[in-house]
Amino acid sequence: MLAQLATLLRYRPLVQSLVGRELKARYRGSVLGFLWSFVNPLLLLLTYTIVFTKIIPGLHSARMEPYYLFFFCGILPWTWFSSSLAESAGGLIAGGNLIKKVLFPAEVLPVVTVMANLVHFLLGLPILLAFLAWEGRLRPAALLLPLPLLVQLVFTLGLALGLAALTVHFRDVQNILSHLLHLWFFATPILYLYGEVQGTVRDVLRLNPMSHVIVSYQQMLFDGTFTHGRNLSLAGLVAVVAFALGAFLFDRLRDTFAEGV
Amino acid sequence: MSRAVVARDVAKVYRRFLHQKQFRTLKSALLTGSLLSDLSPEETFTALDGVTFEVPKGTTFGVIGENGSGKSTLLKLMAGITKPTRGSLVVEGRVSALIELGAGFHPEISGRENVAINGIMLGLTRRQVEERFDDIVAFAELEEFIDAPVKTYSSGMYARLGFAVAIHVDPDVLLIDEVLAVGDEAFTRKCLDKIAEFRRRGKTILIVTHSLGLVEKMCDDALWLRHGRVADRGDPKRVTDAYLTYVAGGEEALLAAGHAAAETAPPAESPPGEKAGPHGYRAGRWGSREVEITRVRLLDGRGRERHVYVPGESLTVALSVRSATPLQDFVFGLGLFAADGTNVYGTNTDLEEFLPRRLLGEGEVRLVLEDLRLVEGTYLVDVAAHRKDGTPYDYHRGLYSFRMKSRTKDVGVYRPVHRWVFAGGAELSPPGPREELDLGDEPGGPGRTG
Repeated sequence: MLAQLATLLRYRPLVQSLVGRELKARYRGSVLGFLWSFVNPLLLLLTYTIVFTKIIPGLHSARMEPYYLFFFCGILPWTWFSSSLAESAGGLIAGGNLIKKVLFPAEVLPVVTVMANLVHFLLGLPILLAFLAWEGRLRPAALLLPLPLLVQLVFTLGLALGLAALTVHFRDVQNILSHLLHLWFFATPILYLYGEVQGTVRDVLRLNPMSHVIVSYQQMLFDGTFTHGRNLSLAGLVAVVAFALGAFLFDRLRDTFAEGV
Repeated sequence: MSRAVVARDVAKVYRRFLHQKQFRTLKSALLTGSLLSDLSPEETFTALDGVTFEVPKGTTFGVIGENGSGKSTLLKLMAGITKPTRGSLVVEGRVSALIELGAGFHPEISGRENVAINGIMLGLTRRQVEERFDDIVAFAELEEFIDAPVKTYSSGMYARLGFAVAIHVDPDVLLIDEVLAVGDEAFTRKCLDKIAEFRRRGKTILIVTHSLGLVEKMCDDALWLRHGRVADRGDPKRVTDAYLTYVAGGEEALLAAGHAAAETAPPAESPPGEKAGPHGYRAGRWGSREVEITRVRLLDGRGRERHVYVPGESLTVALSVRSATPLQDFVFGLGLFAADGTNVYGTNTDLEEFLPRRLLGEGEVRLVLEDLRLVEGTYLVDVAAHRKDGTPYDYHRGLYSFRMKSRTKDVGVYRPVHRWVFAGGAELSPPGPREELDLGDEPGGPGRTG
């Protein structure tokens, strides 16, 4: 794993320029261009706000008011997570030309995907902070934000590497993944409050590392406190294991990529 | 002399996917626990086997061979894109592989940004890319378009930019895979000049190509791969000659096989439609069969059946014909077509005013074409027996073919006997002796044994 990290560091300039390219290329040709990075989360927010305050109101308790803001705290990091995975699953195949025709470090592709989505997350963050400030909820706890962010980064990288490698040999992964991510979304306390879930469901939620990451974001941003440290550390441990496994799997299958994609 | 590339008994085995296996699912792999065993090959294909060679530093090395002979696999191994299954392959110094030009370009962003990223991909630092940027753009001749998105480029512009970046990486070992086929004459010229400059600077170059002329001209050493094995290596001229002779022999076998198929084919059935040319030329056989052409042979000057000829040889088309009833109204004809369906020549016994007297039982009709003056290419032969009014007895359209081989790559169809005369201020030195390949001396050619 350390060797993997070293490789990634060595390819930093390449990752940087590819992330830059990814961001430039994404909105090239659209009228709003780079503004889409801000408009996207706003539109997402608007949609869910309408659904949960107008169409099916009353599903959430008073502790989640203002609900749109509560939801925003969870959906923004989740979007980073789920888009990263969805995109990196097909990433090696889409970048097949590079792997087959150029001596190219394949791990760079999923890493670039995760990093590009991280940038989108970071671009959405000021909007969220602005809303928090407007509602008078911005507290010093928000300064702890790098903690869950780091855990999520490591966890996402691990999964992205593993998924990217597996998809080369099992194209099914891409199809299963979208449904899995959907399920995972509902199994993560984004729409509801972690503390209000009881019984078996809560045990399941507890096993989900993303629960603790999201709850940490919610506490730091929405509640202005942070009491979830122990759970977040455990999630961090799981994230490191996930990264090690993903990197191992990727390395193990590396030599098959040029023929498999 | 130190070596730039050392290959020892290199083998590359690809797994060949069975359809069933290719569509197996993750679920089934997890259920049966065969995740890793599924990833070990069962059906395999050996692309390279026991390949051993060395390339001294500073030399230019050509690799030739038919499609599928393992040339590109060898190049990919040298580039480090895939790893040998067995054996060892060591390449010293920085390698730049021109396998597919502009492989890493992103269509949506500008040429400028793509150059920067592609350069980094190929191993340059950001600063190096900046330093070489102007040279790259100048070499690609894309100053005007460098800020336009790459998707707006023509394929030639795309390849030029890709070549320009790759060549400016300044590698110690340059691998080139048939990429000079892109771009116009002028650019190809420029690429060749650049490669020549590389040679002068003592860099090692490996060229995989079908252009034997290029190998003869530029390479110090050549390697001929046949079915993944080294068939020959050494002096480029000798190796390309051996290869050409082999290819001629192989085509001979191929055309002979097609020939046999035509003779045994049932009347109504046409051979595959690939013979349909732009002129609507379509292979087939039809007619009433009162006269039947039972056999068609293409014979060389010594009466041996052959399907590859060189200019100047004689070709005899021999028809075995049969008629069950006595006939007085019959014409034999022959048509010669280029591969695209262009009619090269056509004649028949009626046009040449032979008077038919009687046809009964078995007979033979031969048309001797003395001194074939055709340029290189594949030619199709029509033969027919029909009535004077054109009603066919037995018409064989495009069922037979032969190939012309020539060292001279002149164009068109017909090569008149000609010579060049220069006088006054026009001075040209004559080419070296360019013997046409001699296909007649070795029956079957070496291809039969290989």
